[in-house]
Amino acid sequence: MTARLKWWLISLVSVVALGATVGVGVSAWAQHQQRQSMPSSAQTAAPADATVGAQILFRNTASGEGYGHVASVPVTQPDGARAVLDLVCDRVAATADAISCLRSERGITPSYAARIYDAAGESQRLEWPLPGVPSRTRFSPDGSLVATTSFVTGHAYASIGFSTETVIHRVADGESLGSLEDWSLIVDGEPSAPIDRNYWGVTFIDDTSFYATVGMTTAGQTYLVKGDIATRTMTSVLEGVECPSLSPDGSQIAFKRVTGGSGPTVHWTPAVYDIASGTVTVLDAETRNIDDQIAWLDDATLLYGVANDTPGDSDVWALDAGGLGEPRMLIPHAWSPAVVNER
Amino acid sequence: MYISFSNKPAQAEPSSRDGAKRQPGRRTVSSTVVTLGVVSMLTDISSESVAAILPLYVTGFLGMSTIAFGVLDGFYQGVSALVRIAGGYTSDRIGRPKWVAFTGYALAAVARIGLLFATGFAALTAVISADRIGKGIRTAPRDAVITASSRPDNLGTSFGVHRMLDNIGAAVGPLLAFFILLLIPDGYGTVFAASLAFAVIGVTILGLFVPNVRARRREAADARATNAPRPKFDWGVVTSGPMRRVLAAAGILGLLTIGDGFVYLALQARNDFAAQWFPLLYVGTNIVFLALAIPLGRLADRVGRARVFVYGHAGILGAYLAAALPIADAAATVLCLVLLGAFYAATDGVLAALAAQLTTPETHGTGIAAAQTVVALSRFLSAAGFGILWFVVGREASMLIVAGALIVAIPFAALLLRPLLSAPRAEATADSEHTDVEPIDAEPRK
Repeated sequence: MTARLKWWLISLVSVVALGATVGVGVSAWAQHQQRQSMPSSAQTAAPADATVGAQILFRNTASGEGYGHVASVPVTQPDGARAVLDLVCDRVAATADAISCLRSERGITPSYAARIYDAAGESQRLEWPLPGVPSRTRFSPDGSLVATTSFVTGHAYASIGFSTETVIHRVADGESLGSLEDWSLIVDGEPSAPIDRNYWGVTFIDDTSFYATVGMTTAGQTYLVKGDIATRTMTSVLEGVECPSLSPDGSQIAFKRVTGGSGPTVHWTPAVYDIASGTVTVLDAETRNIDDQIAWLDDATLLYGVANDTPGDSDVWALDAGGLGEPRMLIPHAWSPAVVNER
Repeated sequence: MYISFSNKPAQAEPSSRDGAKRQPGRRTVSSTVVTLGVVSMLTDISSESVAAILPLYVTGFLGMSTIAFGVLDGFYQGVSALVRIAGGYTSDRIGRPKWVAFTGYALAAVARIGLLFATGFAALTAVISADRIGKGIRTAPRDAVITASSRPDNLGTSFGVHRMLDNIGAAVGPLLAFFILLLIPDGYGTVFAASLAFAVIGVTILGLFVPNVRARRREAADARATNAPRPKFDWGVVTSGPMRRVLAAAGILGLLTIGDGFVYLALQARNDFAAQWFPLLYVGTNIVFLALAIPLGRLADRVGRARVFVYGHAGILGAYLAAALPIADAAATVLCLVLLGAFYAATDGVLAALAAQLTTPETHGTGIAAAQTVVALSRFLSAAGFGILWFVVGREASMLIVAGALIVAIPFAALLLRPLLSAPRAEATADSEHTDVEPIDAEPRK
């Protein structure tokens, strides 16, 4: 093969390859623009029209205008028009007067941040950076504390494996109580400090204590731990619990439990732990893999997001906490539900 | 850079079985090395653009957990290390380093086609596995080609050139991916298409323009090397004599190389500057690495590769100290990145050059692969062990302990390599007449 022919060949391959890439890009851009300018595929309403009373806040994943924005529906009419806020979040929590918003910041370089807004999502009160992709956030019942979990994503990923960072902040002044990994851990009555422990999925009991997950990556064990903020200590309660969520009456904890597979094929099923009796009920009426921190609609109903067939879209489903009946879709095209009782 | 890319094909064409070209200009490196650098650069743009957006894609777009992904990653690293030895050995035995390397590059390119059409987690893991296996296969044979295309006295420089181009790709890839996502927020498919395009261009350049050179022992006069010039593959070259000292020293130092991940974590835990820039700290390290790759490679050619390799560990020692000591926040972060980048520039390509210098042409691939594997495995052990220390004695104290051990280990490694610490010219007479460089391109950034 002559040198000339080789140069022709490589030029041809380069032009075709890069040209095809540009073609794919232009078409993707056009489609994106079209979707953005289309009216939302869900019925929407202006925020001002949002009804008062108990609401469910969530991340709107309906294609079209308002995709990725925080939206709300009345608890009494979850399939009604959604009031879309001018606030984009990957993960949402809310109280009557504040919204916790975790998101990936768009830019030429990736960054991730936690932000606290007022209830309308209009004025920002606090902001701090996250070390990676957002995962979970929750307020304490009185709204004075907020917990955030994010993955630690960067180059360190490969060399140190799966890693999360969970931090509790005071909402009043933004003071950080530090990464939970720096707190004391007691497992089965013994102080414990496994190298690969990670914390995720905080749910608050009140403004002095909470539950969370501690996971030991290598051993594959996870525990429900009860944390005490005054002593910065966490004590194991139960094994095989991830992403706990305390019911409004404080009597039960919903969580996800590994019920099959491992690694990439892991299968989580929702389960409920009754604190008084210590019994665990795995809710196998839900056969799909559920990877979410469950929310409570009321003391008898669980909410969680499930990805649907469209990439980037998901639906919020409701399931009876007693394991009775099949899961039902509550809010289509929604993610990260948060129930707010009075707004 | 001084090398002209355009005069390369003419030069590479003559079925150069006797690959090492002696060019008049002392400061030039072979065009084959530059071509391989360009191939690596394109391939790195391809793989790093995908790697950078994968966490976002998996969690934000596919709505899945990254947990499984992180756990599997360590496993792939192990597979890559084992495949690497096999790749080096195969290319030595069949004498076709270019085509063994080509197989590795092609495998990674083919995997990317799958990425375009599959969106499941299983598909993702298959693609990543293929990418890692491909990387394992291609690294040592490619380094053998670099060695065969270089003169013994500029091997370090050749590696430096290759590493620099390689790291340009590693720095450009993520920026390209995030730029695409900035224009098209859900443009993951476009990133995958771009990744495939760069992989295909890279593997085509390799196939068309890189000769299948294999260093052959030149004249008998050259072969007076003490470490037994043998016509056939001989494991003894790799497992005994000076190579054994190099492997031992690399292993000992590798055991005290805890990985930049921990350094970044230590910085991130303590100051907001590093926390905010955490996802990008490795890009800073890469940029320093690429800037210093050629100067330090050239230095290694001048003062001795073993010397630069051993004393280059002062860079990571300094990084530990900067991460542990109470220095002003942003300054500590920047200092750490500079020291880490210098450490990689002084050890990454230089170790490959050292391994090539000490092996026979018939064993270059295996020898380079052996050195890389020792480093990869010892660093893996180090990271695991350091994790324990981190939680037993705390962040800063554990850094200082490893730094203290390194202060002892560096002179010890120097003692171990004392016969090799002189300049390469002296070594050449002692060992072999040509040098080989292998890029340990996987180490610093994945």
